[in-house]
Amino acid sequence: MLDRLQELKDEAIQKVNEANSVKELKDLRVAYLGKKGPITEVLKGMGKLSAEERPKVGQMANEVREAVADLINEKETKLEEEALVAKLREESIDVTLPGRPVGKGSKHPLTSVIETIEDIFIGMGFTVAEGPEVETDYYNFESLNLPKDHPARDMQDTFFITNDLLLRTQTSPVQTRTMEKHEGRGPVKIICPGKVYRRDEDDATHSHQFMQIEGLVVAEGIRMSDLKGIFEQFVKRYFGQDREIRLRPSFFPFTEPSAELDVSCAICAGKGCRTCKHTGWIEVLGSGMVHPNVLSMGGFDPEKYSGFAFGMGVERFAMLKYGIDDIRHFYTNDTRFLSQFNRV
Amino acid sequence: MLVSYQWLKKYIDIDDLTAEEVAEKLTRSGVEVDLVHSMNKGVKNIVVGKVLECEKHPEADKLNLCQVDIGEDESVQIVCGAANVAKDQHVVVAKVGARLPGGMKIKRAKLRGQTSEGMICSLQELGYEGKLVSKEYTEGIFPFPTEMTPGEDAMEALNLGDQVLELDLTPNRADCLSMIGTAYEVGAILGRDVKLPETTMERGQENASDYVSVKVDANEDNPYYGAIMIKDVTIAPSPLWLQTTLMAAGVRPINNVVDITNYVLLEYGQPLHAFDYDRFGSEEVLVRRAKDGEKITTLDDVERTLTADYLVITNGKEPVALAGVMGGANSEVQSDTKNILLEAAYFKGTTIRKASRELGLRSDASARFEKGVDPSRVRAAGERAAKMIAEIAGGTVLSGIVEFNELDVTPKEVTITLGKINGVLGTSIDTDTVKEILSKLQFTFELEGEMFRIFVPTRRQDIQIEADIVEEVARLYGYDNIPTTLPNTATTPGGLTEVQAKKRKARRFLEHAGVNEAVSYSLTTGEKESHFHEDADSLSRVKVALPMSEERSTLRTTLLPHLLDALSHNKNRSNLNVSLYEIGSVFHTEEETITKQPMETAMLSGAFMGLCYEHSWQGEKKAVDFFVVKGIVEGLLKELKMEGDVQFVQSEPKGFHPGRAAKLLVNGKEMGVLGQIHPSVAKEWSLPETYVFELNFHALVEGKGKEIRYSPIPRYPAMDRDIALVLDETVKASEVEKVIVEFGGDLLKNVALFDLYQGEHLEAGKKSLAFSLRYQDPEKTLTEEEVTKVHESVLAGLEERLGATLRS
Repeated sequence: MLDRLQELKDEAIQKVNEANSVKELKDLRVAYLGKKGPITEVLKGMGKLSAEERPKVGQMANEVREAVADLINEKETKLEEEALVAKLREESIDVTLPGRPVGKGSKHPLTSVIETIEDIFIGMGFTVAEGPEVETDYYNFESLNLPKDHPARDMQDTFFITNDLLLRTQTSPVQTRTMEKHEGRGPVKIICPGKVYRRDEDDATHSHQFMQIEGLVVAEGIRMSDLKGIFEQFVKRYFGQDREIRLRPSFFPFTEPSAELDVSCAICAGKGCRTCKHTGWIEVLGSGMVHPNVLSMGGFDPEKYSGFAFGMGVERFAMLKYGIDDIRHFYTNDTRFLSQFNRV
Repeated sequence: MLVSYQWLKKYIDIDDLTAEEVAEKLTRSGVEVDLVHSMNKGVKNIVVGKVLECEKHPEADKLNLCQVDIGEDESVQIVCGAANVAKDQHVVVAKVGARLPGGMKIKRAKLRGQTSEGMICSLQELGYEGKLVSKEYTEGIFPFPTEMTPGEDAMEALNLGDQVLELDLTPNRADCLSMIGTAYEVGAILGRDVKLPETTMERGQENASDYVSVKVDANEDNPYYGAIMIKDVTIAPSPLWLQTTLMAAGVRPINNVVDITNYVLLEYGQPLHAFDYDRFGSEEVLVRRAKDGEKITTLDDVERTLTADYLVITNGKEPVALAGVMGGANSEVQSDTKNILLEAAYFKGTTIRKASRELGLRSDASARFEKGVDPSRVRAAGERAAKMIAEIAGGTVLSGIVEFNELDVTPKEVTITLGKINGVLGTSIDTDTVKEILSKLQFTFELEGEMFRIFVPTRRQDIQIEADIVEEVARLYGYDNIPTTLPNTATTPGGLTEVQAKKRKARRFLEHAGVNEAVSYSLTTGEKESHFHEDADSLSRVKVALPMSEERSTLRTTLLPHLLDALSHNKNRSNLNVSLYEIGSVFHTEEETITKQPMETAMLSGAFMGLCYEHSWQGEKKAVDFFVVKGIVEGLLKELKMEGDVQFVQSEPKGFHPGRAAKLLVNGKEMGVLGQIHPSVAKEWSLPETYVFELNFHALVEGKGKEIRYSPIPRYPAMDRDIALVLDETVKASEVEKVIVEFGGDLLKNVALFDLYQGEHLEAGKKSLAFSLRYQDPEKTLTEEEVTKVHESVLAGLEERLGATLRS
């Protein structure tokens, strides 16, 4: 009987080794280890054996069973793994196909410039003030030291609605409106972004509607050197740490002394190129110490308070930053233009 | 202001500086030089030639054969097409090998069989603008007005070596609208003196007052009027130096007398006017306001109707000049003029400005009067011009000036302390430095301790107050030398207001929803808006008084038309899938005739066409429809923490598809509209199916909004029941939901529509809606029986209220 068991074992091992599918293995398991299988058959004949032989045969039968069962399990696992590998291989995809897009609209470049500048000034303790786009002559001109018939009014051609109402030509009226709200008590630290309007024919460099950001600081003891200091911080944060600033004397009716702010040209690093008209400098904003008349009209005592103000063209900043060559692009809303700014 | 570098040298010693260096210094101290241009636009090798012979070309009527002496051994033959070329003229010859502007090279040529060795040039061919060339020879070559030496270099004679500084003057620096003023500015920068022109001259025996009297009936407008008489002049072209000087300054030469008045205008910044005394019409100058409806024909041969706002020079009877703006044709200096009445006057800026603006007549004279001329220089300028006329045009200047004079020429006194200067600038400049700067400016002053008492010369009308002195000191001290500091003020908390922060949130939400931000113009036309407003032309609109065009004549009351314009622009460029939003103000007035500022309301609008989602290779495509737009609006309301009862009510706003539009109501208040643009309106813009929304952004961001409060996560399981209902087509989904919520009571936690069906398996006029209902009790696990009880009451409610039956 031992021989028979050995024979069965060899036979089963050979068949398991030859098996190629999980199903064959299942069949072999039934065939050899099942209740009607040959090993069971062998064990049924154990009654005829002597008491001495019986445990030997029993032990051997169990060993054969275990050995065959282990082998089947092992083989089964192996085949399953192979089947999985084959299945996964079949599921393989072309990873270079385009991904499912997540729709992302773009911030308008003008908004992007405004928000960036707002954030820089907010970081320096400024708040954002806004004002109406239809203004009175008083706020747009007179309170800014531009009485009627002042020749400097020619600097800005105005869309009038009536003799007294107009589309604001600058964001500066927000200065007076904010000062009035402060009722003569400082400090005032604001920036005011917004749309402004001038009677210009639209072309590559002119637009009858454009955006400005006005800034105003009024407090006791404000000096022109402070204006320089704030500009230095602003320019380094907006244009880059390696940029230099310089002030040039200028004229605005609402400031005295007045200054234009130039920033060293990024393209040529100040050496002179086409962008900076070979000067090495790019003019970015107008500024100055608030004119005493403007302080008075805003309800501040010019003997006690001083301040500085500045104004910048948002389109100009965007054009410089992104290299845009035509101001009309900002108002045409061509998606081929707009969608270029979906990362700003 | 165009400043010739060569001319400037007459008043200040700048031989050690190039034109570019002078320009840089001016720019850095506050008088911006836009550009330094060279009078030579690329001319090389031109000489003076004398035309020895001039005959018609045998083969061509319009050509001349000229034998020209160009200072070489033999004369050369030049074919010239100009009609005005003539024997004995001295002309400009571009020799063979010469270069002209634009890189043109002169070669030996044959013209209709005749050799031509060079070219006789017009001024335009030498690079002068046509509008600067004397009318006598704009159509032909330029003949030198005086004898020249053949072969002599013509570059120098024509002043082509000169450079011109183009000043971009700010309105306060009218003092630099003159050569002398510019010289003072350069002098202040360099610390050098200014050389003023000589004005003393020989006078005739006769007195001017025997020929003319002066009376001013408008002394406010005209505090000074001086009349100078010059007898027996000869009108002729000006000498070459005067012509080239004027052309460099951008002024066209006319004749010697007129050219001299223009020259002195540029030199002193003082406009002058020369009348033909014999055509003046009387011996009396009377300055007065014009009469309403009075007429004058000005030098440009245009008859102008005047009003009492304008000032006129009259001969006692009729106007002979529009004061400070333009002379009259009746008293114009002409080629036969013999006697000159020269006017040197001071006119008030605002009066001149009004006339020049209203009549659209801006002249070099009016520009200077408007900004204020130097009262101390009026008479000197007149004398300077009279002296030059006598020298150049011959004639005798009569004795005396006939004057009306109430002009105040006292220097303005401004006091300031050193401490104030340093306090404003943040500098520590010492007294000596300020003294030095004031001296450079040629401001006289007295120093009393720390206090400067400064007497500002009348040429600097812009300096009136302390701050003006601070600027003068700062710009000459150098803005670069001002230190860099930060304000010493208490720290202030910066930040956005709640509304400003919400605006940013709305923008970010929309951008992440795939919508591009647009910015469009506020000015529009009522016609475009009429598609959306019943009252497009009504009184509520805000109109610009003098629009530049109909397209930009009124302020918008809706953002939609310009967004549709943008879609249309994109469609025409094959950008077919476009989603745009804009936040901007609209304007309304409640007045019939607007007198107060209109209401400005911030609106948030969007416009959509084509696909809103596309992932083609996996077959995903979604065209925009009502529910895409509605979803965006709903998401936005959540993002803005909008609180309360939000309803989308079917409605038919003008310009919208009557079945596919809704009003948005929040707590019963209308906050906006959304829907499909009416196909016939879309057609006006050539647009396909287009959807829009327009929300009152101002109202949406008002109020605090709902704060987030945590609610406990349920500990007991929920039970879901799905129902498919058959309903009349007209029943709205929101009504069904309302009934479910009402009957579901506390246990009903959620209702979600998951299917809508209309079609063949249903009776006509019916539709099926399927909802998923979730029941949950926070306190315990619900039993089947409990849920069934509530669920059945929901079904009963639906049947009773809406006639809904369960779909089998």
